Amino acid sequence: MRTIRQLLRNPLSLTGFVLLLFFVGVAVAAPRLAPPARAWEPYRIVQCGFSPTPAPPGDPNPFRAIWKVVTGQATLCQVHPFGTTGEGQYDIYYGVVWGTRTAFQVGLIITGACVLIGIVVGAIAAYFGRWVGEIVMRITDIFMAFPFLVAAMTIAAVLQPKIGRGLVTAMIALIVFGWMTYSRLIRGDILAVKERDYVQAARAAGAGHLRIILRHILPNAIFPTLVLASMDIGSYVISFAALSFLGLGAEIGYADWGQMLSFARNWIARLNEYWWIIFYPGMAILLFVLAWNLVGDALRDVLDPRLRGRITV
Amino acid sequence: MIAYIVRRLLILPLVLFGVTVFIFGIFSLLDPVMRASLYVRDVPKTADALQRIIHKYGLDDPIHIQYWRWLNQVIRGNFGWSKTAQRPVLQAIGYYLPASLELALWAMVPVILGGIVLGILSALHHNRPLDHTTRVFALIGWSFPSYVYGLLLLMVFYATLRWFPPGRISDWVSREVIVGTFRQYTGMYTLDAVLNLRLDVFADALRHLVMPVLTLSYIQWALLLRVTRSSMLETLRQEYVMTARAKGLKEWVVVYKHATRNALIPVVTMGGLLLVGLLNGVVITETVFNYPGLGQWAARAATTFDMLSVLGFSLFGSTLLVFGNLAVDVLYAVIDPRIRLE
Repeated sequence: MRTIRQLLRNPLSLTGFVLLLFFVGVAVAAPRLAPPARAWEPYRIVQCGFSPTPAPPGDPNPFRAIWKVVTGQATLCQVHPFGTTGEGQYDIYYGVVWGTRTAFQVGLIITGACVLIGIVVGAIAAYFGRWVGEIVMRITDIFMAFPFLVAAMTIAAVLQPKIGRGLVTAMIALIVFGWMTYSRLIRGDILAVKERDYVQAARAAGAGHLRIILRHILPNAIFPTLVLASMDIGSYVISFAALSFLGLGAEIGYADWGQMLSFARNWIARLNEYWWIIFYPGMAILLFVLAWNLVGDALRDVLDPRLRGRITV
Repeated sequence: MIAYIVRRLLILPLVLFGVTVFIFGIFSLLDPVMRASLYVRDVPKTADALQRIIHKYGLDDPIHIQYWRWLNQVIRGNFGWSKTAQRPVLQAIGYYLPASLELALWAMVPVILGGIVLGILSALHHNRPLDHTTRVFALIGWSFPSYVYGLLLLMVFYATLRWFPPGRISDWVSREVIVGTFRQYTGMYTLDAVLNLRLDVFADALRHLVMPVLTLSYIQWALLLRVTRSSMLETLRQEYVMTARAKGLKEWVVVYKHATRNALIPVVTMGGLLLVGLLNGVVITETVFNYPGLGQWAARAATTFDMLSVLGFSLFGSTLLVFGNLAVDVLYAVIDPRIRLE
């Protein structure tokens, strides 16, 4: 209870929580906020017409336009509250709303998978003696010898012809090179906990390896890793959208913010006219990442003062 | 000291070996047919042409034999043919490197000024308006994807104001620099222009560099700012700083002679992360600004299934990073004697 009050008293972390709640709300209410044209594939952005140039927002007040869409007074293609992308005439409002779901999926799945791999690798390295640990950590070093985004780009480029362009390809690429910091952190924490008396007691009582790791060591060593992970969700969303932006992530027309931003590359000389192509998806991703960063920072300060000032990329 | 460096140097070949195994491992995820298609320039005329290529180059041999063959070629500098650049991969890297190097070197100016200087000032003005302002900017900078930032810059400074264009040089300059009177010493146009005493070329190249440099540098300076600030705050709390103050030394002597030097030691360790940031950053930045460097080449190659280019760039980037990290570790050990004892 005190922790929660502490979190809410800080204006920065309060902003973060409010923003995050807002995005959760948008993600949950997506089918109401932006009714899909084809219910069986809601993540395909609604297309409006065939004009080659981006259409401006149908109403100078976007809130009024959204209200019309939500209450059913007008269809998306009649008002398109945030304008369209130009080529393909994808409705930006639809993409931003459903893109919130994509962003949550991508951020949570990538982070979850990375933490899981990190824990397994870190636990093996820490628990099973010096040699195993040494070998595992040297392999980890080799993963860390690659610049993250360059390596992810390479994997995505190889996987694309094999399993096609899409969320899964880009997420696999980011997970393969994303788990190392967690395995290092958790290894250190397990090494510290491993020699405690209660672990020795459990061993003396005849508990098996798996039971000792899962019941006695992990619950006492996992916390800093989880805090670190919460701080990283935002940067994974940025990296994923970067792959989409480069053309290696979500396929064209999929409700993903990075993919929508890549449409702006066709119009760089006239972005002052077609400002909505970058403004709405850009603000969505900026605020989403800012929310996670603020919440992550706040959680860290409250739950684990040891990590304060720690810099992660 | 020597022993430490030797130990680090002994690990180096192992890590590099691991890196090549990885790169080849990624490569061999592709079927022999896909790999064979990388070596074909036009559509095969006969049905069994691909099979013959696979057989001729041994693409269906056991994997360790293929790896060994590949490694032999790589050591000799043969990375294959880059379809994107229309030249061998190694030559392509040499061709695009000066542009990216120029970008990265210029990006160091705002990184060091913005990161280190603002970080120190922010710590000195702890919890006062300057500190709060820089922290908020660093936090927003931290959350700002570089492609969004770059596109916003393009919107304001190119589409609206027409101050800074995308690309690398204007058309008239590209005609100028091909002429024999302009000697290309380094391939970095700003430097070459100074060496050729051509201020107009220099101004044009610099005008094109402003936006990419701003985009590439701001995440790095946000990072450096946070590290410098917290390190400086911690150093200022040390007892020897208090002693220096108690001796009655002037404040600037305490800050710059006593505190700053020690506070910057952890900043040195950021060198490796800075290099990672630059390597990742050039891919995005050059793509956004259509700046013809290594990053744009690799990104274009990645979307057009020009795998040999992508793998070449990946190998280049990771090798650079391995040596960069070594340099940072050695430098750290030289600066801070406590490290050597570990």
